[in-house]
Amino acid sequence: MGVEGIGARVLRKEDKRFITGKGRYTDDMSVPGMKHAAFVRSPHAHAKITGIDVETAKKMPGVIGVLTGAELKADGIGNLICGWMIHSKDGTPMKMGAWSPLATDTVRYVGDAVVIVVADTKGQARDAAEAVDVSYEELPVVVKTAEALNEGAPQLHPEAPGNLIFDWDIGDEKATNDAFAGAAHVTKMDIVNGRLVPNAIEPRATLGVYDAGEDHYTCWTTSQNPHVARLVLSAFYNVAPENKLRVIAPDVGGGFGSKIFIYPEELICLWASKKTGVPVKWVADRTESFLADAHGRDHVTHAELAFDKDNKILGLKVQTIANLGAYMSLFSSSVPTYLYATLLSGQYDIPAIHANVKAVYTNTAPVDAYRGAGRPEASFVLERIMETAARELKVSPAELRRKNFIRTFPHQTPVIMNYDAGDFDATLDAGLKAADYEGFEKRREEAAKRGKLRGIGLSCYIEACGIAPSAAVGSLGAGVGLWESAEVRVNAIGTIEILTGSHSHGQGHETTFAQLATERFGVPIDSVSIVHGDTDKVQMGMGTYGSRSGAVGMSAVVKALDKVEAKAKKIAAHLLEADEADIEIKDGDVRVVGTDKSLPWFQVALAAYTAHNLPSGMEPGLKEGAFYDPSNFTFPGGCHICEVEIDPETGVTEIIQFVAADDFGKIINPMIVEGQVHGGLAQGIGQALLEGTHYDDTGQLLTASFMDYTMPRAQNLPSFNIMTTETPCPSNPLGIKGCGEAGAIGSPPAVINAITDAIHNNNLTMPATPQTVWNAIQAAK
Amino acid sequence: MAKVELFVNGRAVTGEAEDRTLLVHFLRENLGLTGTHVGCDTSQCGACVVHVDGRAVKSCTMLAAQASGSTITTIEGLSPNGELHPLQVAFRENHALQCGFCTPGMIMTSVDMIRRHPNGLDEATVRDQLEGNICRCTGYHNIVKAVLDASDKMGKGAVKAA
Repeated sequence: MGVEGIGARVLRKEDKRFITGKGRYTDDMSVPGMKHAAFVRSPHAHAKITGIDVETAKKMPGVIGVLTGAELKADGIGNLICGWMIHSKDGTPMKMGAWSPLATDTVRYVGDAVVIVVADTKGQARDAAEAVDVSYEELPVVVKTAEALNEGAPQLHPEAPGNLIFDWDIGDEKATNDAFAGAAHVTKMDIVNGRLVPNAIEPRATLGVYDAGEDHYTCWTTSQNPHVARLVLSAFYNVAPENKLRVIAPDVGGGFGSKIFIYPEELICLWASKKTGVPVKWVADRTESFLADAHGRDHVTHAELAFDKDNKILGLKVQTIANLGAYMSLFSSSVPTYLYATLLSGQYDIPAIHANVKAVYTNTAPVDAYRGAGRPEASFVLERIMETAARELKVSPAELRRKNFIRTFPHQTPVIMNYDAGDFDATLDAGLKAADYEGFEKRREEAAKRGKLRGIGLSCYIEACGIAPSAAVGSLGAGVGLWESAEVRVNAIGTIEILTGSHSHGQGHETTFAQLATERFGVPIDSVSIVHGDTDKVQMGMGTYGSRSGAVGMSAVVKALDKVEAKAKKIAAHLLEADEADIEIKDGDVRVVGTDKSLPWFQVALAAYTAHNLPSGMEPGLKEGAFYDPSNFTFPGGCHICEVEIDPETGVTEIIQFVAADDFGKIINPMIVEGQVHGGLAQGIGQALLEGTHYDDTGQLLTASFMDYTMPRAQNLPSFNIMTTETPCPSNPLGIKGCGEAGAIGSPPAVINAITDAIHNNNLTMPATPQTVWNAIQAAK
Repeated sequence: MAKVELFVNGRAVTGEAEDRTLLVHFLRENLGLTGTHVGCDTSQCGACVVHVDGRAVKSCTMLAAQASGSTITTIEGLSPNGELHPLQVAFRENHALQCGFCTPGMIMTSVDMIRRHPNGLDEATVRDQLEGNICRCTGYHNIVKAVLDASDKMGKGAVKAA
């Protein structure tokens, strides 16, 4: 059964339903009596609500209910909250402004929900939403990250004077200043990491059903973490106690972070279902997704990197303003702090680091975790400034990196992280070889003869996955523990169900998690099923984000498998009259080592359930659960190399080759891992070349559709040249590091380093559209 | 209200729909064919591609009433006898799908692409012709591989049959 176990390229078990149109996404759900919701949203980025007139709308055809925030408040539904407490450097807690699910007195971004309309059909709900008359008194607006803290900037929340949410720092400021004092060279840069819209292709959707007979709610929702949704909806928003609320995240069409958070719409639809007495479904249209899904990134940074005379790094200073939008989304505060500044040491031995992060409110959509969440921002800062430093110092960018690599582990960085393992030379060497880095100058000359500008850029990133030891994150302000759970149920005829708190929305868990049981017991993979995404079926779990399903979710499965294996061996030893230590389970049989005595796997399972002949005192059954709390983050790292060719006449960039050499530790299914890397690279290259989120000065989102926001399409991307090295992670039983976000973390700096190398102008913002690149070429002339 | 008469996946269906009802909504809501997806509202993402009279059409660009009288094939009708279409096989074998949401549209577009290129496809052509279908998961790498693989296999099949 090695062909279906750990390390095998097993085709996905879940594919059949998706390729035949039988996937079941939230919008595919239908229950008797179901009605449809539409939201009235603010057309203004900042305004006082002076009146809401719903009378006309209520009389429109098919309308069942038109509900406002005042009614929501009256029913005791709570405000939305951010679940990670950050303290400013002066010790004061972050300043969280109130976020009412339906705005009652002030709207703070275009798309802020104000009224929900429920009607027989989607069309009728929309027609009636148009007829709701909300009166606004417009207020001044602040949109730009760098302007939010300006004196006299319009104020968003009374709780946060000056729009400052927190002023946080990490590292040793004095030691860093001292390090800079002795520097032979300092590279300084201003770096903008623009705002992105996640754009999972399945828009967010929810179906809220209140059962008056049981006083019970069911919430179908596009969630990456249904149990977290239930916890938050119950404990903080007072929708219903957990035992009266079932959350189901069925097939989910991509998440990328944007489906972690609990948004207003899910909780309003649940509440509206009770209020109107009908099941209420809402499906975002794409423009609503653009307006009201949590966005990503949006940092403005100044960084300085100090070197000694031998080009060894002495210290790093970073100042960042992070735009969190109009409200603090669920994990928004953790992204520009513990998921960002803790990674600023990268792959390098940096003796002193100091980073300061100011998080600000603006009249824009809330910003939270998006694929990589903080780590792409850190990697962009460090890998841009490393490449720039190499140019200033006139040394090879590859060699400057190599000179500063960390080579002994564990390695304690000055910014909390303790790297447990890595081999950065290995990924750099693999990348350089695959890209024929040495032969580049010849290719540059050849391209020049054709009138093209050719450039090459590197990025040696590190990231942190497998979030995270619960006590550690608790001490840093997390409102939840970040363990994972699993239950392994061996049925009486030996088939296996694994219930996991992880959630698959494209990652292939139904295959890779099953591979673990196949590896362990030698049973065919088709006899193993993965159950996830339903709080009524699965024990409490924390869900999928931060590339944690392998490192944390699978580790929980391994723990449960250990317990099942131990019990199965006890039963087998009893039945075979052998010593427990001599029992092995292999290829679907349970054997006494060194003898011909064996039992088929199913007979051991059957014996556990017939319970006719079990060891004395043993409980019947073969089902074990486990909770796994990681002992450390995991640290995937790698080397990404991008080679571009630019037409100086048009500014159009073509990616000639993209090489990614990544170290993900142990790999369960290489096919799945490659797919994760491809997707991450596309998002990272999308950010570098195509994706720009633009608000105008009045806070209108100009890029609110696929006509305006450039999603990467097949013709924008090359085929990728990817490979892996393997340094097992010592911190979890399988040695897994995680691979879901690496592509999006490593690639943007590689692309921008390549373009700036080609055009000899280092001043280039993302996205590097043809116009941006052409302008930069002209400016360099 | 408009009367809509279609021949969908080999079956004659009739129904009534509001004049403004799009074909995709008629398929999903009136006929329960939820394999066809809606991923945008500007006819950009291609998650709703079906075949209308044998050609790939974004079913959000067409009113149900406009389609009346047409023969429609959706993803559910691509393997009528339970045997997977070569493109469905190729998507699975090449890991050309992750979350699966764009997949029905991708497959329906690709079936039409291969039909229009009986002499085979190359990577550049496939990438160019997938312009109307957006995938956020795969980076297209394996989708392109799958289409080329299926085109190859279907081409060989056709040669053999001839």
